[in-house]
Amino acid sequence: MLKSTQDIHRIDINNRETQGAALQPCPKNLNRDLILLMASAGDSFYNILHLDELARMDTSIHRVHPLAKLLVTVAFLVAVSSFGRYDISGLLTFFFYPVTIFVLSEIPAASILKRLLLISPLIVGMGILNPLFERQTFILGGVVLSTGWITFLSILIKGALTVTAALLLVATTGMDRLARALRMLGVPRIFVLQLLLTYRYISVLTEEVARMQRAYALRAPGQRGVHTRAWGSFAGQLILRSFDRAQRVWQAMRARGFTGDYNIGEDTRFKFRDFAYLSGWIFFFAVARIFDVPGFIGSIMTWLAKH
Amino acid sequence: MHMADALISPAVGGTMLAATAGVAAYSAKKITYDIDEKKIPLMGVMGAFVFAAQMINFSIPGTGSSGHIGGGMLLAILLGPYAGFLTMASVLLIQALFFGDGGLLAYGCNVFNLGFFTCFVAYQLIYKRIIRKGITSKKIFVASVISAVIGLQLGAFAVVLETLLSGKTELPFGTFVMLMQPVHLAIGIGEGLITAAVVSFVWKARPEILEKAAFGEAFGNISMGKVLAGLAIAALLVGGVLSWFASSYPDGLEWSIEKTAGTAELEQPGGIHETLSKIQDKTAFLPDYSFRESEGESGGEAEAVDTEESAWPAVSAGTSVSGIVGGLLTLALTVLTGLIIGGIKRRKRKAIA
Repeated sequence: MLKSTQDIHRIDINNRETQGAALQPCPKNLNRDLILLMASAGDSFYNILHLDELARMDTSIHRVHPLAKLLVTVAFLVAVSSFGRYDISGLLTFFFYPVTIFVLSEIPAASILKRLLLISPLIVGMGILNPLFERQTFILGGVVLSTGWITFLSILIKGALTVTAALLLVATTGMDRLARALRMLGVPRIFVLQLLLTYRYISVLTEEVARMQRAYALRAPGQRGVHTRAWGSFAGQLILRSFDRAQRVWQAMRARGFTGDYNIGEDTRFKFRDFAYLSGWIFFFAVARIFDVPGFIGSIMTWLAKH
Repeated sequence: MHMADALISPAVGGTMLAATAGVAAYSAKKITYDIDEKKIPLMGVMGAFVFAAQMINFSIPGTGSSGHIGGGMLLAILLGPYAGFLTMASVLLIQALFFGDGGLLAYGCNVFNLGFFTCFVAYQLIYKRIIRKGITSKKIFVASVISAVIGLQLGAFAVVLETLLSGKTELPFGTFVMLMQPVHLAIGIGEGLITAAVVSFVWKARPEILEKAAFGEAFGNISMGKVLAGLAIAALLVGGVLSWFASSYPDGLEWSIEKTAGTAELEQPGGIHETLSKIQDKTAFLPDYSFRESEGESGGEAEAVDTEESAWPAVSAGTSVSGIVGGLLTLALTVLTGLIIGGIKRRKRKAIA
C-alpha cells in the first residue's frame, strides 16, 4: 500500500517537472485540451451506454431469441462477403435486411449510422487504392473508368452492410443475452465470463482514465499527451489500481456466493417463433445470393420500356 | 490493423475463426486446470484496462503528435500467454460488436493477427527467452521492444496474406507489403517503448506480478507443439470443408471464372497476384448483365447462356442501364417495405392507445 502512495507522489513530481517546460498558464490551450479529452473519453463510454440502453427496449425483434439473432447475423455476413469484386447488383437486395430490422426494432437509424461514419474512413482508405491499381477499364455513359471503381463501390456497400448488421445485433440483443447465446454455442465458460467482466468494467476504468487525464492536463497545460517520463507511471498506476480492483471484485463475488456461472434470469427456450425468424431470413439470404433480383427487375423494366 | 468484413471472403474468415477457436479452447482449458479462479476477474479488469489505456495519449518525442497502444504484448506479459490471448479475444469481440472496429466474420483474423502472434509467438519465443535468467530493467526494455516489433510485423504480414487470399481488393502483393510493414515497424517501436516503460514501472512497484506471469507459477508451462498441432488440424479440417463447400457453391468471383474459363481453380504456380490478374482479364464486367445482353442480341435464346463468352470491354450502354435501373428499383422497394412496416406499426400503436 505504502508503495503505491510513493508512486502517486512520483507521478506528481513528474507532472511538475513537465510543467516547468511551459510555465506560463495558457487558458485557451488548456480549454481546448480539456474539451478534446472529454470528447475522447466520452466516445467509447457513450457508445456502450447508448447501445446498452437501446438493447433494453422491448420490440418484436428484441424479443427474438439471442441465438437466432446471432445466427441470422452470421448468415448475413457470410452471404454478403461471399460476393465477388464486381457483383454490385446482387448486393443491393441485402439492404432489405437492415432496413427491416431498423423499422421493426425501432432503433433510431441515426445512432447506428453515426458510428458507421466513424468507421468508414478505414474502409474507404482500403478501397480507394483499387481505382489506382486496377488497369482494366469499362465505359459508363461515354466515360472511361477503371474497374477499380466498381471494386471500390462494392467494398463500400459491403462495409456499410456488415458494420450495420453487427451493430444492429448488439443494439437489439445486449451483451448479457449475447453472452447466453455464446454459451449455448459451446463457447467456454471462462471466456464468456471474462468477456462480460471486461464489458462491465470498461465504463469504470474509462472514467478512471478520464479523471487521471484531466488531472494531468491541468498540471501540464499546452502539452500534447503524456510526457515520455511519465509513460510508465501513468499507465502503470492504472494497472496497479486495476489489479487491486480485481482482487476486490473477486472477494465481492465470493462473498455473494459466486459459483462460476453468470445468470441473467431469463427464459432461454428456443420457441417456434425464433425458429421461424431464423429459417425465414436464411431462406431470404439464400434466394438473394443465388438469384440476381435487381438484375431481374431491371431487365423486366427495360423490356417493358422497349415494348 | 483491424480487418473489416468487407475485405475478406467467407473461406478465409471461416478458416481463421476455426484456428482462433482452437487456440481459445486450448487456452481456456489450460486456464481452467492451471489457474486459480481468482484470475477470472483479473482478466476481465485487464481487458477493460486495455480499452481505458487506448484512451491515453502518449506524446511521441520529436514529432509533436501522440499515439496510443494496442496492448496485446502488455497483456501477454502481465497475464501470461493463455490468459493474455483470451483477454485480447474478448477486447476484440467488444470492439467488433460495439464499435464496428473489425467485423464479426473477420473476428478470427483479428484475434489471430493481434493476439496469437503477440501472446504465443513474440512473448513465447522472444520475451520469455530474454528474461528467462532473471528480470532486470534493461532486459525488460530490450525484450518488450523486440517482441512488440516482431509481433506487429507478423500481424501486419498476416493482414496482407489474408486480404490477398480473400481477393476482395486489388493490391499488388509487393505494394501492399511495402505499405504495411514499415508503418507497423514504426507503430511496433512505439508500442514496444510504451510497453517497456509500463512493465518496468509495474516491476519496480510490484515485482511479484511479473514473476508470477513469467515463471508460470499460476499459469502453467506452455507446450507449443500441442498448440501448433491442434491449430494445424483445425485449419486443415475447416479449410478442407470450407473449400469443398466453396467449390460446390462458388462465390461470385469463382463463379464468373468458372463461366468464362471453365474452371474455378485458383491455385496456379504464377503466384496469387498473377493468378488474380489473369482471372480479372477473363472476368466480364457484371457478368449477369453481359450475358443478358448477348441473349438479347441472339434473339432471346433462353438457354445456352453458360457457354457465352463476352469480351472484356463489350458492355453496351443498354445492359448497364438495365443494371442500374434494377438496382435503384430494388433499393426503392426496400425503402417502401420499410415505410409500410413502419406505417402498420404506427397504426397498431394508435389502435392500442
